[in-house]
Amino acid sequence: MFKTLLIAAAILIGAGLAHAQSLSELRGRYTIAPSSEIAFFVGQVGGGGIRGRFSRFSGAFELHPDDIARSNVTITLEPASVATGESRVENFLRSKAVFDAAAHPSITFRSTSVRPAGPNSAIIEGTLTARGVTRRETFHASFAGRQGRDIAFRVVGEVFRSPYGMDVGTPIYSNIVHFDMMLQGQPI
Amino acid sequence: MWRNSPHSYGLIAILFHWTIAILFLGQIGLGYLTQITTGDPRLQFDLYQWHKSLGFLTMVLALLRLAWALAAAKPRPVPRTSRLEAIAASLTHSTLIAMTIFVPFTGWAVASTSPLMIPSFAFNLVLVPDLPLRRSEAAEALWSNIHAYLAYGSGVLAFLHATAALYHQFARRDGTLTRMLSPVSQDVRRGGTPAH
Repeated sequence: MFKTLLIAAAILIGAGLAHAQSLSELRGRYTIAPSSEIAFFVGQVGGGGIRGRFSRFSGAFELHPDDIARSNVTITLEPASVATGESRVENFLRSKAVFDAAAHPSITFRSTSVRPAGPNSAIIEGTLTARGVTRRETFHASFAGRQGRDIAFRVVGEVFRSPYGMDVGTPIYSNIVHFDMMLQGQPI
Repeated sequence: MWRNSPHSYGLIAILFHWTIAILFLGQIGLGYLTQITTGDPRLQFDLYQWHKSLGFLTMVLALLRLAWALAAAKPRPVPRTSRLEAIAASLTHSTLIAMTIFVPFTGWAVASTSPLMIPSFAFNLVLVPDLPLRRSEAAEALWSNIHAYLAYGSGVLAFLHATAALYHQFARRDGTLTRMLSPVSQDVRRGGTPAH
């Protein structure tokens, strides 16, 4: 039993070292793969809320593991691709009441600064453009794993919707949109 | 003054009557607006929330009014009212009072069965729980239809009720409308002292 534990510990430590050693190999440009997930949640009064995701998006990031601050990311999503499991909610979100997807077919985030927040995480600041409004927003990214040369980051952040002219339904629905993204990067 | 007398409605009954009348008729108009504003989803959403808030208010007031009406004696029919007229009037009044409670209730059922699960947050102040009904598109459509038919039907009934009141007031000149406007006019006109 003790031996098994010891072996397991050795494997874990070995994996950790391998991870640290190989981080610099990860330097490079990546495209955000369609297998990524961009999910969001808007809470509602009394509990629960609206969960959804965007299925069409594109983007790329540049990773500098040795000098995180030189990293950057750009991502564009199509609000028309919103999915919530309820078509009337989706049509409402696409309409002029919220995204106005016909007039503003894309929502874009461009990083302006990346700074380390821990051994495997970073704070990403940048500009978010939605519905013709551009504002500074902050997201938190953490290393989520790698497979071969592909790499995954979990990116979370909270965005107030009212500054983008999407305040419909407040205060029944929260003004805060919680984003939870799993971005899969494929080397370019 | 506050309570009904044998010949006149009291101030409480009069205030209930006109407040609920304005709310109920306004709600029929507002309900209609929610159905013709699909081109402006934001406006439609906001109108729906006002409609729900005012609907809950109407229902609460109508329930209080029902309690008040059951606790107080109704004024007697004006003189020269036939038995048939008295029955028709009484039936109309009872139906209208019932509808001011039941129509909002069916609206509550719409919100409670809708798969959209939009919370009922009356006036952005009071979170009204949903009724324990199964959610489905079919149930929502059914309650929506009941809600609309009863509302428009009640509107027709309210129109007949108002027409009858105007007929009594101006053709028969029997003071039917006046006694729902002022709590003292009838008693004073009859030479009695206003009830306090």
